Amino acid sequence: MTTEHIVVVGGGMVAHRFTEALRARDAEGRYSVEVIAEEPRAPYDRVALTSYFTGRAPEDLQLGDPALWHDPLVTLHRDSRATGVDRDRRIVTVEGGREVAYDHLVLATGSYAWTPPTPGADLPGVFVYRTLDDVAALRGYVEERRATLGRPVRGAVIGGGLLGLEAAGALQGLGAHSTVIQFNDRLMNLQVDAGGGEALKRLIEGMGVAVRCNTATKEIRAGKDGHVGSMAFADGAEQLVDVVVFATGVRPRDELGAAAGLEMGPRGGVVVDDTCLTGDPAVSAIGEVACIQGACIGLIAPGNTMAEIAVDRLLGGESTFPGADTATKLKLLGVDVASFGDAFATTPGALEMVYADPVNGVYKKLVLTDDATTLLGGVLVGDASAYASLRPMVGAQLPGDPAAWILPEGSVEKGEIELPDEAGVCSCNNVSAGSIRGAVNDHECHDLGAVKACTKAGTSCGSCLPLVKKIMATELEKSGIEVSNALCEHFALSRAQLFNAIKVAEVTTFTEVIERFGAGRGCDICKPTVGSILASLYNEHVLAGDRAALQDTNDRVMANMQKDGTYSVVPRVPGGEILPEHLILIGQIAQDFGLYTKITGGQRIDMFGARLEQLPQIWKRLVDAGMESGHAYGKSLRTVKSCVGSTWCRYGVQDSVGLAIALELRYRGLRSPHKLKLGVSGCARECAEARGKDVGVIATDKGWNVYVGGNGGFTPVHAQLLVEDVPDEDVFRVIDRYLMYYIRTADRLQRTAPWQQEHEGGLDEIRRIVVDDSLGLGEELDAHMARHIDSYEDEWKAVLNDPVRLRQFASFVNAPEEPDPTLAYVPQRGQRRPATPEERASAPVLIAPTTLEVRS
Amino acid sequence: MTATLPTASSTAGTSAPTRVCALADLTPELGVAALVDGEQVAIFLLADGSLHCVQNLDPFSGASVLSRGITGSKGDVPTIASPIYKQVFSLLDGTCLVTMDKQPKEGRAADLVVHRVSLDNGDVFIDLAGSA
Ligand code: SRM
Ligand SMILES: Cc1cc2nc3c(=O)[nH]c(=O)nc-3n(C[C@H](O)[C@H](O)[C@H](O)COP(=O)(O)OP(=O)(O)OC[C@H]3O[C@@H](n4cnc5c(N)ncnc54)[C@H](O)[C@@H]3O)c2cc1C
Ligand code: SF4
Ligand code: FES
Repeated sequence: MTTEHIVVVGGGMVAHRFTEALRARDAEGRYSVEVIAEEPRAPYDRVALTSYFTGRAPEDLQLGDPALWHDPLVTLHRDSRATGVDRDRRIVTVEGGREVAYDHLVLATGSYAWTPPTPGADLPGVFVYRTLDDVAALRGYVEERRATLGRPVRGAVIGGGLLGLEAAGALQGLGAHSTVIQFNDRLMNLQVDAGGGEALKRLIEGMGVAVRCNTATKEIRAGKDGHVGSMAFADGAEQLVDVVVFATGVRPRDELGAAAGLEMGPRGGVVVDDTCLTGDPAVSAIGEVACIQGACIGLIAPGNTMAEIAVDRLLGGESTFPGADTATKLKLLGVDVASFGDAFATTPGALEMVYADPVNGVYKKLVLTDDATTLLGGVLVGDASAYASLRPMVGAQLPGDPAAWILPEGSVEKGEIELPDEAGVCSCNNVSAGSIRGAVNDHECHDLGAVKACTKAGTSCGSCLPLVKKIMATELEKSGIEVSNALCEHFALSRAQLFNAIKVAEVTTFTEVIERFGAGRGCDICKPTVGSILASLYNEHVLAGDRAALQDTNDRVMANMQKDGTYSVVPRVPGGEILPEHLILIGQIAQDFGLYTKITGGQRIDMFGARLEQLPQIWKRLVDAGMESGHAYGKSLRTVKSCVGSTWCRYGVQDSVGLAIALELRYRGLRSPHKLKLGVSGCARECAEARGKDVGVIATDKGWNVYVGGNGGFTPVHAQLLVEDVPDEDVFRVIDRYLMYYIRTADRLQRTAPWQQEHEGGLDEIRRIVVDDSLGLGEELDAHMARHIDSYEDEWKAVLNDPVRLRQFASFVNAPEEPDPTLAYVPQRGQRRPATPEERASAPVLIAPTTLEVRS
Repeated sequence: MTATLPTASSTAGTSAPTRVCALADLTPELGVAALVDGEQVAIFLLADGSLHCVQNLDPFSGASVLSRGITGSKGDVPTIASPIYKQVFSLLDGTCLVTMDKQPKEGRAADLVVHRVSLDNGDVFIDLAGSA
């Protein structure tokens, strides 16, 4: 079989999906793919473009697994624009004159940002909003203007649609004032009706963005320095502005197709049939450039569908384009807007059911069939929490009273929704309820991560995740698979439920806990969990009462067990700042006990190879010199990593070390569902890698930005912005509440990143709870944290003062000082390490542990 | 407490029960290690008052650490979980009940050797010869 060569013109989102799907499905390697991309980077997530302003780096926006571009059958040319297509010779010409031959050509050139002809549109300070380069230039300009003008920048966005509102939010995020200029009589006129538009306008204005509807822009005028200075409107009014963003719609980039003589749609776009083929059987078009079923569609979901269809057809499949779902949800920070199905009630006889609460800026409308049972569409403004559940129900009967879906939570009982198999759940990736059920039942995906990896549901915008989770849970329950809510065989409760139960019942010992809420004797899963909950709630010593037996070996001896059964010792070095005396002491102890030393990834020093019976002697010396436990063993605060910050660094704008130390001392010893790591950087260069931490704090010239939910480990995630430019007090309060809320509600061994992602409503909801105090929990969380801070004691110091607990550090009950005779070491680079089984076999190289005498 | 120090020459199977400690030296649900004739064993006093003794060597890691694991139950069987890779063993007959999809170290059995423990006048005795 010979390999056929496919050339894809355009390196956008749909080109990526095409390439990924082809390589996933073309197992025999029938096709090789060459992607010609004009932008200077591999395909990225354009939908998430705005998150660039909340600190996501361009690399974070990369789509899919970068390994795709190293596949031997895939070639990606960046910075490379196709200039012509010769269909007779089957050749694409690339800028610079290079010719590329194809067996099949795929046009995936997308759209460009269209701007209405406006005088002044070419002045410096006028931008569009389509590519990473666009947003990077916009950001650079705003920052530079602010510095030059010495005052906040005035911004205007022309266009009040989805994109315009995103752009306005972005300008605000950059610290600029922003005004949205809308030609139509309401915002988002394509998606929401008049009532929704009104509610939306109030919400947007509430965020400090000015809105001018019914306004046409006549001219953009230069200021004295030749940059944008003001705008003039058709009604004669004028407004001072420093930067203008056009968000007035997109037009297909169909110039290649047009020049090659392919049929064009009435409003542009390369005409294709339902299989994505143009009139030339060797040329397909997919994504925004394709005019399919009479129109170009400016959304990612139908583009991805086209990519899948084109792949399917190339591999001999039969699929056809089913029509587009134009449901939309605004991703703007803090504003909930969604519209789906027949939002304007154009179906004959359609009924509209409306709930409006102007005070709180909520407007919700359901469009139903004339018998008020079948859902046709809807508009949700101010509270779009029902979106994920309702959107897939379009065309199906809503159980119970439909009003339940729009009235405030709890006023009417909601019917249980059972989605039909064919209902689309994830529109970004075209995943139906049936596929999710299939993943659970036939592919043994029993947790959200597995379902996501298997079906791709929820991997793009994420708005469908709550629903995906619900379907998965229902399915697991049906097939009798224990929905892994239960902690283990001894507790039917989840960790969060158990936490509440223990808190309400005020029980303080494991015996009481298991008698009241569990069964059996416990195990290595529930015992440490209960130990951790008791510690979070009452903050008594980890070894107090019957607790020692609950702890994993690490907590039980307050050190980390190594592969040979010895331990490591890690004293706390708050913020990574250390006294020379302490450095010397650590070195001295390591020498005296023959410990292997290493600088950890958490800015402190680890001493390895201490035997159980040596731990108290080592810790006594550390504690006497004023050092304390670093909790390297605990599911608790580990380190607060810092950069040197403004005290020494020429770029630092705040004292990052000072804040890091304050945070580390505040949260030290705090027991939690999993370990906690924080980081503080002194400026946006981010030398402390704070965004890789559960909580990251980054200095700004106005205060601090707090990011939450970052994670290294197996699935790295960058932390997301929680609050911006806040003073020290707020940093403490916001983090106090965030951590306490996490501690109370997360699953066992669930770090903040997955917790945050799986939390109903995601980070936005968490922000409402911990920043806006929407549940009224604030004071309680504050008080809980205050109790923790007040009752903190160094665990090691406490044990050293307690002869009973010290007895647990005997190596053998009948020979308390006798070293474990099975330990064996070999020298390496001037220190020692455990011997391998092979080395043990050749006895002479062994260093017996007892040869390293303890000086006292 | 009189410590019974290891004697290099002894071979399991011929010795008489050895006193390792007083019952009062044990804390319910927390294991201790003991040296009996040069061999390491792990001894557990459970909350129900029962005493158990198994080899201290964890077959899956090769480290002598089982005394420092977490006691518990699986169904009605009292168990000990290894602190290193979390395998779970029966304290009744030493069977490995949960392997965590791992194999024991080369040349080692997955199941533990169980030793007979007896109480005499408040003292705990281990008999390496008699398996429980
Ligand atoms: C010592 C150290 C490596 C080093 O030599 O630098 C280390 C050593 C261990 N890490 Fe780590 N990690 C160390 C920094 C890190 C970092 C980097 C950091 O903190 O900046 C990460 C990635 C950041 C993160 O956690 O998000 C890291 C991610 C992990 C993970 C993955 C966590 C996850 O969410 O997926 C584990 C596994 C786990 O906890 O389940 C882990 C587990 C471990 C354990 C506890 C494994 C174990 O059970 O034995 C190791 C304990 C060694 C010991 O005895 O001290 N270690 N580990 C570092 C100690 C830092 C400290 O001072 O406390
Ligand atoms: C800020 C923003 C927010 C958005 N939000 C959403 C949303 O919430 N939901 C949603 O569904 N959609 C959203 N969209 C739209 C979505 O991003 C697009 O529908 C999607 O990117 C279309 O993919 P595509 O591959 O067809 O086009 P594109 O992603 O535009 O890719 C086309 C690529 O082809 C390149 N190209 C063009 N001509 C040539 C040539 N001659 N040679 C080489 N390369 C060429 C272009 O440079 C571009 O990189 C948003 C768009 C933006 C800008
Ligand atoms: S983050 Fe900033 S202050 Fe900190 S070391 Fe880097 S450049 Fe300096
Ligand atoms: S709907 Fe966007 S990821 Fe599922």
